[in-house]
Amino acid sequence: MSPVLQVENLVLGYERYDAVKGISLLVHAGSVVTLIGANGAGKTTTLRGLSGLVRARSGRILFNGDNITALPAYQIARSGITQVPEGRQIYAGMSISENLALGAYMETNKARVAQRREHVLSLFPRLRERLGQSAGLLSGGEQQMLAMGMALMADPKLLLLDEPSMGLAPLFIEEIFRIIATLKQEGRTILLVEQNASAALEIADYAYVLEDGHLSLEGPAADIAQNPKVAAAYLGM
Amino acid sequence: MLGQQLLNGVVLGAVYALFALGFTLIFGVLGVINLTYGFYFSAGAFLALYFTQGLGISMMLALLLAGIVTGGIAVILDGLLLTPLRRAKAPELASLMVTLGATLFLYSLMSAYFGTDIRRLPPKVFTNVGFNWLGLHIETSQLLILVTMVVIVSGLGWLTQRTRMGLAIRALAENGTAAQLAGINAGAVTRIVSFLSGGIGGLAGVLIGMNYNAIEPYMGEQMMLKGFAVVIMGGLGNIRGALVAGLMLGVLETLTAGYIGSSLKDAVGFGLAVLTLWVRPVGLFGRATIKRA
Ligand SMILES: Nc1ncnc2c1ncn2[C@@H]1O[C@H](COP(=O)(O)OP(=O)(O)OP(=O)(O)O)[C@@H](O)[C@H]1O
Ligand SMILES: [Mg+2]
Repeated sequence: MSPVLQVENLVLGYERYDAVKGISLLVHAGSVVTLIGANGAGKTTTLRGLSGLVRARSGRILFNGDNITALPAYQIARSGITQVPEGRQIYAGMSISENLALGAYMETNKARVAQRREHVLSLFPRLRERLGQSAGLLSGGEQQMLAMGMALMADPKLLLLDEPSMGLAPLFIEEIFRIIATLKQEGRTILLVEQNASAALEIADYAYVLEDGHLSLEGPAADIAQNPKVAAAYLGM
Repeated sequence: MLGQQLLNGVVLGAVYALFALGFTLIFGVLGVINLTYGFYFSAGAFLALYFTQGLGISMMLALLLAGIVTGGIAVILDGLLLTPLRRAKAPELASLMVTLGATLFLYSLMSAYFGTDIRRLPPKVFTNVGFNWLGLHIETSQLLILVTMVVIVSGLGWLTQRTRMGLAIRALAENGTAAQLAGINAGAVTRIVSFLSGGIGGLAGVLIGMNYNAIEPYMGEQMMLKGFAVVIMGGLGNIRGALVAGLMLGVLETLTAGYIGSSLKDAVGFGLAVLTLWVRPVGLFGRATIKRA
């Protein structure tokens, strides 16, 4: 089966500086792939490149076989890739209900939106209690859940998660990973960027290690977790 | 006497509110202080003059057409001046300078072409008729101002709160990155917002031109100063604030002119604006408490 996402020699950067220096990766349907690496390795830049927020300098991005490299962000979103950006990008002044509605902005079928909303609220019951409340008043962990809920409202064919556990208390981190596990069981295709490498490697099928804009290592997540270099650098062993 | 003053004040305030609405809409959604905004006010008035006097179109239709054309001009100017800056992620000061320069250029172009003499709508095109109602005197242009304001305000309220397009507009105002990731075409929404605000600015210009029967190229610059005062009082980007502050300023100015002296009239707005900045910099109706993130 052809991959959902195929990235070939992708180069991304800011001004005169290349942050991602030619990486190639594959994500197959129904799999969870993780991209791990140190601070500043280029993980966020990679996701921003895939969602169109950063323009590719060279290389290609194929999504279900279509070349989406040059598309603007909103068209990439419409084609079925949804990114949950780093740092809880929600609409702080709007209600939780409106935030969720905006997540499903591309879907005009009301019945389908209602169905997704029910599903999202069953995954994140905390949100249900506070639908009318302003999203900016949620705690950090709740905002992260809302951000994920909004992405799921789009029913993406590929979900890009950028450090969903960043800055959260252990209890919230556990809950976030439990939800990612549920999404995996539902058969969703996910590319997960994480600082928390041990949890990410546990949940993922396949892993890439990014080092200073280059992929230094890749393989089945279980193998990568066993790799002594990874253990020393990212798992704190 | 007081009743009449209040009525006149509300009418003047309605124009201030209408004008400030378009200005604050640009800032609230697009995040720029667009100084070309005052030009749409002048352009609207001149377009209405041209449509009625030059083309023989009825005043009501001319009002509508002027709004549509100034809306179109606003879309073009935003595309020419600000889209490149957005793409380059230029600092805010750049958009101020670019729109200031463009405005000065456009005003001089207008005064070079039309001269700076005050022009009037010929009587066969538009004549104000007065009515007496409950002891108050109200003129057709005043009535038209009130009706236009109510229509625009309720239309804008409906659009932003009840429609899918409104949801997209509010999303862009809150968080442009998230909006794009949700599939919202920021460029298209920007054009819609530019059109709406340019159109509103143009309508306000026609209405004031009619009400005082005086049209000249720099009328928009005068209005822009009032617009700033209103928007500061109401809170930059705050639509409800612009409305309330606009009406308030109109009433206070009229009462000042009536009971204290007309020379002090223009000082009221700026006095209040400065006072607002001292006491409550987010505006009298600012939403400083809602955002926590
Ligand atoms: N907007 C920007 N402008 C210029 N340089 C940037 C920008 N964003 C990131 N960079 C640089 O690009 C490099 C990669 O950054 P990136 O955010 O992709 O790293 P990351 O792997 O996500 O790190 P972290 O784990 O800290 O989130 C860094 O050196 C960073 O300084
Ligand atoms: Mg990052």
